[in-house]
Amino acid sequence: MKNVEYLTGSENIVTTPMQPFSSEICDFMNEISLLIMKSAQIRTYTDISALAFWCRKANIQKLKTEFKDNGDRLGRGLCFHIAPSNVPINFAFSYFFSLLAGNANIVRLPTKKFPQVDCLCEVFNNVLPHYPNIKARTAFVKYPANNDITAEFCKMADARMIWGGDSTIISVKSLETKPRCVDITFSDRYSVCIIDANKILELDNDNLARLSKDFYNDTYLMDQNACSSPQLVLWLNANPRARDIFWNAVYETAGKNYELQDAISVDKYVKICQDAVNLNIVKTTQRISNFLYLTEINGLIPGMENIRGKGGYFYEYCLKDIRELLEVINEKYQTVTYFGINPNKLRQIIIENNLPGIDRIVPVGKALDINVIWDGHDLVRELSRQISVDYKTSEKVYFSR
Amino acid sequence: MISYSEILNILPFSLDRSEKTDLFNQRLGQLTAFHGENCDKYKKILDMLGFNADKMTDYYDIPFLPAGLFKEMELLSVARGEIFKTMTSSGTTGQAVSKIYLNKTTASNQQKTLVKIVSDFTGANRMPMLIIDSPSVIKERNMFSARGAGILGFSVFGADRTYALDEDMNLNIAAMEEFLEKQKGKNILLFGFTFMIWQYFYKELKKLNKKIDLSSGVLIHGGGWKKLINEAVSREKFKKRLKDVFGITRVHDYYGMVEQTGCIYMECEYGHLHASVFSDVITRRSIDFSPCSPGEAGIIQVLSLLPESYPGHSLLTEDKGIILGEDDCPCGRKGKYFEICGRIKNAEIRGCSDTYEKR
Repeated sequence: MKNVEYLTGSENIVTTPMQPFSSEICDFMNEISLLIMKSAQIRTYTDISALAFWCRKANIQKLKTEFKDNGDRLGRGLCFHIAPSNVPINFAFSYFFSLLAGNANIVRLPTKKFPQVDCLCEVFNNVLPHYPNIKARTAFVKYPANNDITAEFCKMADARMIWGGDSTIISVKSLETKPRCVDITFSDRYSVCIIDANKILELDNDNLARLSKDFYNDTYLMDQNACSSPQLVLWLNANPRARDIFWNAVYETAGKNYELQDAISVDKYVKICQDAVNLNIVKTTQRISNFLYLTEINGLIPGMENIRGKGGYFYEYCLKDIRELLEVINEKYQTVTYFGINPNKLRQIIIENNLPGIDRIVPVGKALDINVIWDGHDLVRELSRQISVDYKTSEKVYFSR
Repeated sequence: MISYSEILNILPFSLDRSEKTDLFNQRLGQLTAFHGENCDKYKKILDMLGFNADKMTDYYDIPFLPAGLFKEMELLSVARGEIFKTMTSSGTTGQAVSKIYLNKTTASNQQKTLVKIVSDFTGANRMPMLIIDSPSVIKERNMFSARGAGILGFSVFGADRTYALDEDMNLNIAAMEEFLEKQKGKNILLFGFTFMIWQYFYKELKKLNKKIDLSSGVLIHGGGWKKLINEAVSREKFKKRLKDVFGITRVHDYYGMVEQTGCIYMECEYGHLHASVFSDVITRRSIDFSPCSPGEAGIIQVLSLLPESYPGHSLLTEDKGIILGEDDCPCGRKGKYFEICGRIKNAEIRGCSDTYEKR
């Protein structure tokens, strides 16, 4: 196709499915992992390093065991991926999830230039020749914003992985596909953090520093823009001292680690001024230099998910009762990160109250850890097809006398 | 409140640091209190920032509104019926524009202030004026774009005003030649926007290989360098090329914004932008908005003694600059002098959604 640049693979892609978690697929992923780990230069990208850690042999074996495949599944065929333009290596995860399901893949890479993308493409191009079946089924493409090209790829697809938020999803979904094409869409989501204040008071300095680093990794690392980054911190057993201790620790960590861009400082300042004028649930506002802005609200309201900070601007609320959450949670809520709280209890609340939202409950520090179960989807299962075999009722009836 | 008409009597570059500080503490303190009483939204922001006007001792402590806020909400401190015109920033299509609400007093003070500042560079006499733009820019009178407002504002300095470009931004050679013939031997004033001058005037005339003698002219231009930096045109190159082609040597850039129209910062003979007695600049660090040390680049805050109809007397811009000195520029003008480093960079936003914010 015109204007399509193939960084890996070509137009002549093989689309016949493979078996999920086949040994070729697992070996391939492990070799990618090893090659990344071997290069001191590539490893300096922490996101690539995390990817390599995820696709290492031991982890993939573990996922394979958990998958409990009885050898009765195959991929769906060709999966077309639209990766988000702002996260450099998300495309590789999207690719791996679909590859594990046994699919051939065309991946549209972010249009924005990232060194990580070039780096990873080089790694893939070094390893793919050793795995001819996978090589024949892999294409990484780049092209300028163009719905005609996207439309062509969509027509070929048996599955689509659509990242990039609500507007991208709406525009891609309007394009024609095969009637059986399966879409998995990753829309704009909202995430919160729940902390038991009493447990903060029990922490020694080292563990407090660890907790603040974990919280930092969940939030600042992606400027709070990841769907799974908490925007709102909910306090159980709230007490002012615990909150001060926690936020001061977060401030210390951010001050040491966060590269605060001019534009982020200004945008945050605009946002807090807007909130002062427009948000009528503001209780108090606190600014600890420009690294940490806090707005305490005096109630949870429907539509909370539209109240968002970025680059270190958090909203917080002191829960009188965890059941207050029931009123506001809708399908936009994705991840709850927790500290000092029994996750099982959170799970129970969601199930027992038939909540439309919250797909994920993870400890503070794990908000960004993407995996095969993501955004409420069991990706490998949904991206593969199950062959159902009726073993019990057998043909015997025809032959018995 | 100390009245602005009194302030207008002060020579624009005559106050040294301590005199200026006294004036600013007084007038800006009063303006802050005034806007707090008359603009609810502004008051809410003052409260959020924990600012108490009664306890203010130094105008450096007065809160600044982010200039971008005028794109997000309507901010005014007088009754809506008093609004006499609304100015808008020259945002590109699809982008939100700032809306600045002016009553008669503030609008007239803007014009008077501009005259005071510019006269210090051009002299008080009106000169024949060649406007390097298209007359269509000022046709739409009810909404004033920054470009139109600039032209109208500067027009008071000119006689026999002539536009160098036609309605479609093409050179109007005939009009220009007629103007230059008529005004031969006189000092002339040229005014335009930096990019327009480069793109539609200099480049086109050079293409035609037309020699036009503007050696008796003084050129005032503004509007920023963003587009020219993309074309790798520096200040030095701009000046040199204009000199080479037109023989023009008196060229003054200015820095200003629609949010504080009137209080412009003119470039002196030494290439420095100057704050007049009507306004001031403070550069601030992005990590905590504390004031920068001399020579350190920071986000520019602009303060103006002028705005009464809208709370725009203290604003945080989206530009970066460096204060070069105060009261000691070799040109003899008092007050701070500085240079602009350009717009703050678009944030490299990470995240799942394909959002991209243009500045």
